[in-house]
Amino acid sequence: MTEYTQDQETFRDVVARFLQAKSTPADVRRLMDTDEGFDRAVWQQLCREVGLAGTHIPEEYGGFGFGPVELGIAAEEMGRYLYCSPFLSSSVMAGYAILNGASEANRQKLLPEIASGSTIATLVLDSVNAPEQVGRQLRATGNELDGAAPIVTDAHVADLLIVVAEGKEGLDLFSIASDADGVAIHAQDALDTTRKLSRVVLSGAVADKIGHLSEAGLEKTWNQISVALAHEMIGGAQQLFDSTLEYTKVRVQFGRPIGSFQALKHRCADLLLALEWAKAVTHHAAFCLCAGEEPETASMAKAMASDVYMEAARAAVQLRGGIGFTWEEDTHLWYKRAKASEVFMGSPHMHRERLLSQIEEAS
Amino acid sequence: MSPEDVRKELSEWLDANWDPNRPLIEWRNILVDGGWAAASWPEDSYGRGFDVRQMAVVNDVFSEKGIVGAAQAGPRRLAAETILAHGNTDQKKRFLRPILTGEHAWTQLFSEPGSGSDLAGASTKAELIDGKWIVNGQKVWNTSAHHADWGILVARTDWDLPKHQGLSYFLINLKQSGVEVRPLKQMNGHASFNEVFMTDAEVAAEDMLGTEGEGWAIATTTLSIERQGFARGRNQRSPREAKEGSIYVEFAEELAIANEPYSWYPQREGRPDLVMKRAMDTGAINDPVVRQEMAKLMSMSRAAQLAAKSAAAIRKAGSNEVVPAGSIGKLGASVIARQSAHVHTMISGADAMLSGSDSAEAGVIAETLVSVPAISIAGGTDEIQKNIISERVLGMPKEQRMDTGPFRDIKRN
Ligand SMILES: Cc1cc2nc3c(=O)[nH]c(=O)nc-3n(C[C@H](O)[C@H](O)[C@H](O)COP(=O)(O)OP(=O)(O)OC[C@H]3O[C@@H](n4cnc5c(N)ncnc54)[C@H](O)[C@@H]3O)c2cc1C
Repeated sequence: MTEYTQDQETFRDVVARFLQAKSTPADVRRLMDTDEGFDRAVWQQLCREVGLAGTHIPEEYGGFGFGPVELGIAAEEMGRYLYCSPFLSSSVMAGYAILNGASEANRQKLLPEIASGSTIATLVLDSVNAPEQVGRQLRATGNELDGAAPIVTDAHVADLLIVVAEGKEGLDLFSIASDADGVAIHAQDALDTTRKLSRVVLSGAVADKIGHLSEAGLEKTWNQISVALAHEMIGGAQQLFDSTLEYTKVRVQFGRPIGSFQALKHRCADLLLALEWAKAVTHHAAFCLCAGEEPETASMAKAMASDVYMEAARAAVQLRGGIGFTWEEDTHLWYKRAKASEVFMGSPHMHRERLLSQIEEAS
Repeated sequence: MSPEDVRKELSEWLDANWDPNRPLIEWRNILVDGGWAAASWPEDSYGRGFDVRQMAVVNDVFSEKGIVGAAQAGPRRLAAETILAHGNTDQKKRFLRPILTGEHAWTQLFSEPGSGSDLAGASTKAELIDGKWIVNGQKVWNTSAHHADWGILVARTDWDLPKHQGLSYFLINLKQSGVEVRPLKQMNGHASFNEVFMTDAEVAAEDMLGTEGEGWAIATTTLSIERQGFARGRNQRSPREAKEGSIYVEFAEELAIANEPYSWYPQREGRPDLVMKRAMDTGAINDPVVRQEMAKLMSMSRAAQLAAKSAAAIRKAGSNEVVPAGSIGKLGASVIARQSAHVHTMISGADAMLSGSDSAEAGVIAETLVSVPAISIAGGTDEIQKNIISERVLGMPKEQRMDTGPFRDIKRN
């Protein structure tokens, strides 16, 4: 198992305690039914008091200067509490793309506001399926952007769009205000209503070119996002596992707790194995991002976390029986997050193919 | 009566009586009086005691001529068949006709919050006070209870007997102040079921089915009828093609109400039928990994069909070995549904994040992804099916019981 330092454990506690109070299932249900989908006051408080939005952004750009490990810790707790916020879109996705692709001047200009949470940004990718599909729909002619990105998280609340578009020499990075001319943001109905989705259509939108995203830069960004997402997912899976385990100990059928039936014991034991493995790989993947080692662990983590999250979600419904299938019970909130996360930024089978290619290349 | 004679007699009778512009209930009363509403039933219960072959002819003639038959949709069939099997003459007389005519809709009141897998652990209480049964307790998962007039109810009448022996079976009027029906929303957004709260609800003494303590035995009849329905697929009939006549309008309205709770049922089976189309539409058909999973799914579906067919053949041949086929078929449906949802997820990729009418297949795929968890719970969970297969079919040693002795001493929720 990965060893965390005392400081890292403290950081986890701070984030967890905050979210436990501010992101209860009742809060999640309230927010998922709103158009915005998150509570601005809570988000700002979290940015102000914990500095969360800048967790992994270097100090010279106004961030905390932590790395992927601390980012992972934060994401894991957010996944556990199903925290509704633009954190993944703004800090993780847009933040990493800027760090990897923008010029120094543009990093200086854009990152501090993202790190403080005063600007909400999102990354507009025309494919959230696989890195090699990026740039097929969004095109740049000089500074003018055209095309559509069908699935963009949190665009409806973003102030700033960071757009990856195909230019003359590969992928370029642009920034544009979300209310600029030529930008249309259409809300999409999402399976998981705790994370809002939009379709972003750009028609001759004049943007700032802030840098270039090389193939390696895109791959790196994809890995960083995947690892953060994997943390979020194992946090969610752990939450489902814990609550389900508890339920099997208290629910009685046939004069005994259902957890006394071996079929359920074995299912929980199998799930624990899968969860511990996914956690081990995910935590390790964050260290690898820091150390620049074993790049394939990013895809390994995303694939394993996806599988275990869905496995935990299925068990969470099944082991609760009928009540697990109701709206009133909270399990379905995580179930839907698990399903959506499974296919966001690459499905498990894409990631497995990718990790194998990476290992193949290295050997 | 030979099949030819059945056809002749029925055709003549219909020529004399069928009129598509008659009010629906009026027509069905004629049908009941003529003995054609439920011809397989015994002669003392509105039927003619027809066997399977004779019934096949009756059904053919009805569908050839587009005749509206007796009301069948929804859970009323469970009530009808159970009353037919266990009711006394008076009960059959009072209850069966309005079921056949469609005047009374029914619901099944078995599952409770505290007893689902363990159905015999029901703790809804019925006490005989001043010649009436007074019922207190809560039921759940009651399909169509929100527009039912009557319910078939299992309740506990004796707490000192072992759990299976202290139950009785009642026919309860739901249109009374002691009964409150609340819709229950599911994770897929539909509200097909209800919770039914009974607070000093009344049942007349003559509305107990069978005798006191016979509840479990009678419930077993209902459950086996229900399982046959499961094996056969939904027992709902969709509205016929548009035909001239006011009766079709009334019939379509009845079906629309009765079938509404089941609108998402195909989705809980995983919609394997949409897999090939989706794979071609999206180009996922060219992905070798997806192809493998599709091929697995199609093999499973075909195998399940073939296994069900050979089980049906054995049944027809008069063997009683229906248990393995039933439980294996139900377990297989869960496996197929999960694999199908898996394949749909692969095919959709990130588009699986979307739902609603703009998403794949007008939202059907998204609905499938959040409906499949039901298949392994509804009608007895996968775990219970596996217990049945291992203990009853395979004869493996039974799990030690911890729910023997007087019901009041058994550990409960
Ligand atoms: C969509 C849907 C439709 C339904 N329709 C109807 C309906 O029309 N009529 C009706 O009466 N009911 C209906 N039900 C209820 C359904 O029959 C019950 O939910 C089901 O039998 C499980 O009971 P439970 O919910 O109380 O779960 P529990 O019995 O509490 O089960 C919880 C978990 O414990 C496991 N478990 C329980 N006992 C054992 C054991 N002995 N060995 C191993 N594992 C065990 C179960 O498999 C499950 O995983 C429906 C349910 C759903 C979800």
